[in-house]
Amino acid sequence: MALLLFVTLTLFVAIMPALDVQNNNAPLPGSRRLSRLETEGKGIFIAEGCVACHTQQVRNIDMDKIFGPRPGVAADYARITRTDVWRNTATLMGSERTGPDLTNIGNRQPSADWHLLHLFNPRSVVSVSVMPSYEWLFQVKEYPFPEDIVLNVPDEFKKGITGKIIASKQALALVAYLRSLKQIPLPDGRQVPVFLYGKDKTPVAGPGATKPQFDGAALYAANCQACHQENGKGLPGAFPPLVGSELVLNPDPEVQITVIMKGYNGLVSKGYGIMPAVGTNNNLKPEEVAAIVNHERSSWGNNSRHVTAAEAKKIMDSLK
Amino acid sequence: MKKIIYFLFLFILGTIPALAASNNDGDTNTVNNLLFDFVLASGLFIFLILVLWLANLCSRLKKETMVIDSNIRELSDQISGFESSELERLINVQKNKRIKQENSRRRGGTGLKSMALFTGFILINKLAAAGDGTGTPTGNIMTSPGMLIMLTLILIPLLATVYFIGVKINGFVKKAHQIRIRREAQSLVKLVDEDKDFYDEVLKRKSALEYTLTDTELGGATAAEDKKALLHNIAEVNNPRFFSSKRKASGVHNIDPNLVKLIMLYLGTATCWLVIGTSIGEYLGIKFVSPDVDHVSWLSFGRLRPVHTNMVFWGWSSLAMIGLGYYVVGTVSNAKIASIKRGYWSLLLLNTAVISGTICLMSGINNGGGEYREYTWPVMLVFAAGIIATLVNYIQTIARRQTRDIYISNWYIIAAVMFLTVIVLVGYIPWWQNGLGETIVQGYYMHQAVGMWFMLFSLGLIYYFLPQQLNTPIYSYSLGILAFWSQILFYTLIGTHHFIFSSIPWWLQTIAIVGSMGMLIPVFSGTTNFLMTFKGNYHKIARSYTLPFYLVGIIFYFTGSTQGTAEAFRATNLIWHFTDFTVAHSHLTMYGIIAFMLWGCIYTLLPRLTGKEPKQSLVGAHFWLALIGMLFYTIPLMTGGTIKGMGWVAGKPFIDGVVLMAPYWLWRAIGGSLMWASHLVFAWNMYVMYASVTEIDERKKVFDQIISIRANTTV
Repeated sequence: MALLLFVTLTLFVAIMPALDVQNNNAPLPGSRRLSRLETEGKGIFIAEGCVACHTQQVRNIDMDKIFGPRPGVAADYARITRTDVWRNTATLMGSERTGPDLTNIGNRQPSADWHLLHLFNPRSVVSVSVMPSYEWLFQVKEYPFPEDIVLNVPDEFKKGITGKIIASKQALALVAYLRSLKQIPLPDGRQVPVFLYGKDKTPVAGPGATKPQFDGAALYAANCQACHQENGKGLPGAFPPLVGSELVLNPDPEVQITVIMKGYNGLVSKGYGIMPAVGTNNNLKPEEVAAIVNHERSSWGNNSRHVTAAEAKKIMDSLK
Repeated sequence: MKKIIYFLFLFILGTIPALAASNNDGDTNTVNNLLFDFVLASGLFIFLILVLWLANLCSRLKKETMVIDSNIRELSDQISGFESSELERLINVQKNKRIKQENSRRRGGTGLKSMALFTGFILINKLAAAGDGTGTPTGNIMTSPGMLIMLTLILIPLLATVYFIGVKINGFVKKAHQIRIRREAQSLVKLVDEDKDFYDEVLKRKSALEYTLTDTELGGATAAEDKKALLHNIAEVNNPRFFSSKRKASGVHNIDPNLVKLIMLYLGTATCWLVIGTSIGEYLGIKFVSPDVDHVSWLSFGRLRPVHTNMVFWGWSSLAMIGLGYYVVGTVSNAKIASIKRGYWSLLLLNTAVISGTICLMSGINNGGGEYREYTWPVMLVFAAGIIATLVNYIQTIARRQTRDIYISNWYIIAAVMFLTVIVLVGYIPWWQNGLGETIVQGYYMHQAVGMWFMLFSLGLIYYFLPQQLNTPIYSYSLGILAFWSQILFYTLIGTHHFIFSSIPWWLQTIAIVGSMGMLIPVFSGTTNFLMTFKGNYHKIARSYTLPFYLVGIIFYFTGSTQGTAEAFRATNLIWHFTDFTVAHSHLTMYGIIAFMLWGCIYTLLPRLTGKEPKQSLVGAHFWLALIGMLFYTIPLMTGGTIKGMGWVAGKPFIDGVVLMAPYWLWRAIGGSLMWASHLVFAWNMYVMYASVTEIDERKKVFDQIISIRANTTV
């Protein structure tokens, strides 16, 4: 009797909704299957238990906005089917966010160089990270082949390794998978779910409201710090410094804002990686870009002209 | 001393508003209005207290100065309050015939009366003055800082004067009281002299006071003898002790030795998994503090975390529960376990599943990352086979029961084993669950495993062991049945509350939240049932080393489960979901409820099976280390998790949350170490209960030897 009740309830609350959702679901137009390399990377993601700390769901609440431009919908997961005979479907939505959400990491952090360094030792790019090092996804060779990807690991994280540090195929697959994680825009005409529990948009009037509405330091931490570091010095051989950078000190902010919005590959010849279009990927508003620009211009000994939001808007409009 | 404090208090009260008033010169009128009200109110308040005090003093003064008529009745009433030494002195006065007439200096009552009148007069005057000073209508001028200072300055001397008057009157009252006592003493002496009857009464009272028992009134002089062996476990304590001694376990029960061996193997392997599983957990806790402690793939965080959770789930808790179940199911059915052999099969299969699952996870073979569903289906198939073997065994045993009804414990236990079979089948059948379907099933699976397997089974065990240990029937069967059905009804619904705000259907999330609310019914009724069973038996806790475990389990059953309901609401989920708060919650429940209940059951059962008891101080060490460790573990994580969640809501950069958690993670590692240490103590206690050599064993050896020698010699 009790078993009957339990089984009936199970049917109604789990099995039938699950079947209903999975049958009435189609992948979004514009989404694509994972490539072979990316599928292999997803296998490593599962095997290493990354889901223990990283979610893959942008919830429809305001605080998840930083992880993706829109809340997730069922169709986002429609392409995910059973991994193989032995292993179950892995939507990898997760239940713990010790590390950041990865739903849109392919847009938020498209730099492969950054990912590889981060996997080799997360603390080499984010000093306060508690993520494990995935050193075993890398090889050490004295004389790398030309097609090998060599990592410029800062000396303090080499721990006595003298040869060249090479990304293995697994590491490349994992990074390929991470870079494939992008939120696809909903097709035109389909209503985008809203973010709930947003903060009140109207600023509080009164004497206490003199504080700037956009905190440049916080925005820098969220968007730039992972590569350029908190001290603005970057990482030698990977990410260029902003301290004393001509680009930052230039009174005309046009180049600086263009780099933020469009990315940059001008320093590849000097051994630095390609910068992704951070501003566009993360949907930064002109006010936010101006705040970041001004933070960079006034920190770590940099001292350059203050840029207004209107100026930033003008440059950003011209880039579109 | 008191007076000084009083003065200081007065002074501070007086000056604070004054200072505040002078500091806030430029402030708006409202602040001054408030200050004015405050000064006025506190002044009046103190004044009122002083007036009450004065009134009290005056009435006392009046009483003390009343003329006493040396009424015999009143005086003889007085001697009943005297001590025997005082009476002796009084008698001596009579014996020695030394009566000293002392002319008491008369301080006239009339004088005092006039004094009282005088103070009363002043009092009224002052009252009127105070009223004048403070009671004028509160115009703007009254609330100006200058006026406030003025008022305060007036109030201070005013109140001080009243206070001084009070002190003076107090002195008068004391003196009057002394005089009265002296006068009474004189009258007493006079009475003893003059009145023979009164003198006899005094003598009688003195001998009554000095009466003592001879210690043989009830028992007589012969020595006692325990002819029916009523006394057991007599604990004589002849020197100071650090630990209170607890009641010993009742001796070995008459149980099939084969069953004993089976249960011991279940509990023994469970203990191994507890120690290994929590060692891994401890290591994981350290990794939060020191992420570079190793760079070995098999030991990396992502692989070890599911190893830890699955090992303590399927290894420790499940094996311990099933082992205890083999005792309870048979005992309450009054029947033998259907097949001991099948029990061994089950044991073997379950342990195989845990071992192979652990190796798989560490080598990177993972089912897909759903929590508690990390073992792949071949591994879980072995596990399910073990569960089904046990299920058949239990059902057959109950079918052979000698009792008419099925005791409530067996309801819970059988339901739990049946449901687990369903849950594993639903979760692992491989030809469905694509896309979001997987997530819905995941929510169902992970929560049913916790609530329908661990919780139901443990409750079943508690329904047997708790009344048994308290030696009292369970408070209410109806409540137990209510909890049973409501748990099935509501718990089944709540799985998806792990995915609130995700893209699974909104209505399903809402059902889960409503179901979480409904869970209050079984939790409240269950807790009530257990606590009412405890009622009237609380004194037994201090004399038992098992009951504290049950009590902690029950308390956390209430708090942990209610916390689960609280976490399910959308508003709280907003802050707590994805943070370390949930980790604290799962430890509060799986450890605080399940582990503590299981320990209580194990410490109850094993001495009965083997006749060997652990050292009581070590059971205490286990209990306190585990409890304190768990609090050190959970409270920082809950605090840190809440702060982190609030930071997320406020839109702080993600990395800030990681930095913020560092000290809380350190505390978690410390708490985890204490918990882990307690498991080592527990493992040692288990060893003692299994393998130690008791006095009884030694004696038996000698007796057997002698018997065999005698047998040989006679033949």
